[in-house]
Amino acid sequence: MNETDSVDKVKLFDEKGLRLDGRRVDELRPFKLEVGSLSRADGSAYIEHGRNKILAAVYGPRELHPRHRAIADRALLRVTYRMGTFSVGERKRPAPSRREHEISMVIRQALEPMLFLEMYPRAAIDVFIQVLEADGGSRCASTTVASVALANAGIPMRGLVTGVAVGKAGGKLLVDLSDLEDKVGEADVPIAMAFGRGKYTLLQMDGKLSKDELAKSLEMIEGAIEKIYEKQQHVLREGFIQIREEIGESEEPSSEDEGDGPDTEIPGADTESTESD
Amino acid sequence: MTTLVKPQDLVVPGQLLAKGDYRCGDGTYKEQQEVFASVVGIAKVKGNLIFVVALQGRYNPKPRDIVIGKIIEITMNGWLVDISSAYPAMLTVMHALSRRDATRASDDLRRWYDVGDTVIAEIVAADRTRDPLLTTRGRGLGKCRGGTIIKITPTRVPRLIGRKGSMISMLKSELKCDIVVGQNGIVWIKGDPNHTVIAIEAIRQIEREAHTSGLTDRVREVIIMKLSDKRR
Repeated sequence: MNETDSVDKVKLFDEKGLRLDGRRVDELRPFKLEVGSLSRADGSAYIEHGRNKILAAVYGPRELHPRHRAIADRALLRVTYRMGTFSVGERKRPAPSRREHEISMVIRQALEPMLFLEMYPRAAIDVFIQVLEADGGSRCASTTVASVALANAGIPMRGLVTGVAVGKAGGKLLVDLSDLEDKVGEADVPIAMAFGRGKYTLLQMDGKLSKDELAKSLEMIEGAIEKIYEKQQHVLREGFIQIREEIGESEEPSSEDEGDGPDTEIPGADTESTESD
Repeated sequence: MTTLVKPQDLVVPGQLLAKGDYRCGDGTYKEQQEVFASVVGIAKVKGNLIFVVALQGRYNPKPRDIVIGKIIEITMNGWLVDISSAYPAMLTVMHALSRRDATRASDDLRRWYDVGDTVIAEIVAADRTRDPLLTTRGRGLGKCRGGTIIKITPTRVPRLIGRKGSMISMLKSELKCDIVVGQNGIVWIKGDPNHTVIAIEAIRQIEREAHTSGLTDRVREVIIMKLSDKRR
């Protein structure tokens, strides 16, 4: 490809050392996160990260089909990452590609350790990730939304997972690579992490980084991950807080109609007056 | 021992709730003396017990729960019922019919429940190793005839019932409807059509505002207002 010849000619920084889109080396692209975008899914979320536009839907825990894939002591997590034919510059062929299969697996492995799958033996939890528009770092953005969608579905988890890529382009370490920086650059390192719990669940490296550079990258990315993590937490609470504010609820919780809680067992439905069969 | 949340706080998975010697209830987990939330919900502290009342999530079958389900299949010895949980429930002839009926049941189970029927049932057994078992023998259990079915988020059912049934009995007495609430979030309402409409609106309000306080009074006001509008 003659693209490779032009790699050296691509200018990734301006005179002030800012990136093509005006970001500093450790700055995130603008992003937007939303929950409950799909009414018929058990949980859903939508993210716009740079030019990425990604929807995630979660169904389950539900009955697993085909039955023979059931695992006796925990739920099966199935992640499907799909790109729309219209999500990239040149029409993507609609058949699931090698890349989509790989990313599905990678995202599944990034989410799995944070879920309490053992709570739902033999069941299935399905996560569908649909990329409407693709930019650099779509697997990281997908991990971020998928995690929020899972929380929105009420699936118990150890913590939210946040993904951001880091890499090297034009000789500099950069946080949150854009599509061009990823294609032209020397290295791309997608990272996903359960920020609140300080655990990494995804670390890939495409290209070459020295040991020191990798260590430096992990440091650089922390601020970016924290920012997205805060947003994830915020959007999950937002809707409920809004309803509370609408009602103008007082701070003092009244106990008069508190009928919930696992230790204040509620007798089942009151069926006294129902006609019997 | 320190608690890092106020009661009634909205928490999200992975949020640190407390440090120290706490017992952790539903919706929480413990790692090295630290208690974290595992679901989106409202944190509660009672003595040294911490738990989170989930706001979202599917129904998880528990023995003795009353559920409302739909017959999806007829098998050799009973029915398969969709109770909108992760597992289909079994309703056996033994647990559905009287002994006299059970002996002659083998001819055609459709005489009792057909595919598509809605039944009110109680969960007899549910554990990790097998699908839940149901019974329809008991007071108030059996086929739903007439009425209206609506679905709510199962995690908000306790709120619809209220402490010692306060909310649901208020709805029933104000609206003179029969209302059966399944723990799986399916609600069966039978009564005057106009009242049924008000009941559905009230239930939707309870579902939406489940995480707020003073709900019973607010809902009662709305109902009384709507009833007087109808009379005029």
